[in-house]
Amino acid sequence: MGSSIIAQKESRFKTTQEDRVPKLHYRLRKELWCLAFIAPQLALFLLFTAYPIVMSYVYAFFDWNGYGPLKEFTGFDNFTETLKDPIFWNAFRNSLLFMMWLVLVQVPLALLAALLMNAEWLKGKIIYRTIIFLPVVTTTAVVGLVMRFVFGAYKGLFNEMLLKIGLIAQPVDWLGSVDTALLIVVIVGIWKSFGMKMVYWLAGIQSLPKEVFESARIDGASSIQLLRYITIPLLLPVGSVIVLMSAVNALHVFDLVQTMTGGGPAFKTDMVDVYIYRYAFSGSGEARVGFASAAGVLYGIVVMGISILLGLFVRLSGGRRNQKRF
Amino acid sequence: MRGTRWRGPRLLLHLVLIAAGIVWIYPFIWMLTASLKTTNEYISSGISLLPKKLQFGNYERAWETAHFSVYFWNTVIVTACVVLMILAVCALTGYAVGRFRFRGRIAFVSAVTATMFMPKGYTIIPVYTLVDSLGLNNSLWGVILAEAGGGHVLFILLFVAYFRGLPKELEESADIDGSGFFRTFATIMLPLAKPVIATTAIMQFMWTWNAFLMPLVFTLSKPELRTLGVGMFQFTGENTMDWTGFAAAASISLLPILAVYMLLQRYFIEGVAGAVKG
Repeated sequence: MGSSIIAQKESRFKTTQEDRVPKLHYRLRKELWCLAFIAPQLALFLLFTAYPIVMSYVYAFFDWNGYGPLKEFTGFDNFTETLKDPIFWNAFRNSLLFMMWLVLVQVPLALLAALLMNAEWLKGKIIYRTIIFLPVVTTTAVVGLVMRFVFGAYKGLFNEMLLKIGLIAQPVDWLGSVDTALLIVVIVGIWKSFGMKMVYWLAGIQSLPKEVFESARIDGASSIQLLRYITIPLLLPVGSVIVLMSAVNALHVFDLVQTMTGGGPAFKTDMVDVYIYRYAFSGSGEARVGFASAAGVLYGIVVMGISILLGLFVRLSGGRRNQKRF
Repeated sequence: MRGTRWRGPRLLLHLVLIAAGIVWIYPFIWMLTASLKTTNEYISSGISLLPKKLQFGNYERAWETAHFSVYFWNTVIVTACVVLMILAVCALTGYAVGRFRFRGRIAFVSAVTATMFMPKGYTIIPVYTLVDSLGLNNSLWGVILAEAGGGHVLFILLFVAYFRGLPKELEESADIDGSGFFRTFATIMLPLAKPVIATTAIMQFMWTWNAFLMPLVFTLSKPELRTLGVGMFQFTGENTMDWTGFAAAASISLLPILAVYMLLQRYFIEGVAGAVKG
């Protein structure tokens, strides 16, 4: 090895003809190494991302139960059937509602929490931050099941608390009643990912230029003025990215609803992803994989439409990020 | 002066925050204490937390009878393998893409990122049939591959950005010293990428430990391969009356990740923040 070091060091001083060949060879070797480095990712990508996406489109045009060969080509039947199904539209409405609650309530409240957690005068921030973020790290499916008990009609924690304060006289079946079930799911949804949104906002706040605040302070701006005229406008670009991510995540809520209510009662908390799951892995009767795929494709297009709209909003609000890549 | 005037309101704010904080995590505290009670105590105690006498019978029942020992180890194995696989794959890809120009690089990166935004059908079924046809469906490898297979574009981008930012001289001097391509990567570059490795490992750990849909689908007919989340789901479906056993099982599922979070909370939060900044 020692001799090869010397050889290479010496070769740097020579610019003769025979030097060109190893150089080309060297570049080719590098390129081969690069291909070898991306090969695992490429294999995983082709097998577990590209192939499934293509197949999910193919399945959508067949009547297929998930087993055996694809035989019954049905054209756009699965799509038209989805569009005609009132249960699909019901699930769609619920998903939209869930998303809007999260975007309109959770995101702004998370901003308030982030501003508070960023305040210099607040002591014990780390403890508060740790507590607020805690639900985020827990398993959503398990939390959904725990919430079944928390909001359960019989000896549920929530009922016991309300009974104790005297707000209700009788235990209420919060998740079993058509009037309250969706509201409870929304509240738990907001609580579960609240810490995530707060940390997003915090990251945004902490990346703002400090000098602007200092000079505004020197000019005699009050805290409220700082917030109103500097912090909020400067946060708009980050904010619209947060809204975009929250919306897309909320539109694909599954674990929480599947474990908390399974979509019930009477489909009041049914979400599109729960609806699709029900058809793809039907507990009762035959699974309809083709139909589930068609519903998935349709919904995917809708979600993309919503993200494009929100993306335009990002642009309009002066999206100064993401330009440097590649 | 400002300080004294604000002392009262600040104290009040802290009281409010502490009360809100307790309510915020009360469901977990409640679950933990319920797991240490007898069923009778659970029913009669209402919202009071402390059990009269600590009962570990619920844990025994969940761990042994309800097979949560199996689910626990399955989850540990799946999580460890997925995190290691993702780290390896993303670091290799990020290094090649971030530091070198090679044919097909742009095409590769655009294909990988484009699929993030593409509308998909229900991709979990093709993943399932694929794993099935590879003959991996009767082992944990099926779940591991399925989970490691998709959706880590974010981590690749983090590695790309990080490796790109390292100075060019590092490689040049390594080249002069006669260090090969792989050795330069493994001994010089990779150790420098510790912050990204930590972010990726923690985020992926969190995602895999908490995954539900993928392991649910892959273990529908194979109870012995269930992970904790799926085990919980099936357990609740089968035992509607065993509240304290449920609480113990839920504690077994959540305590490991909560413990890791408590130890590394700063890294969790920085990881999430770093992911959004990137």
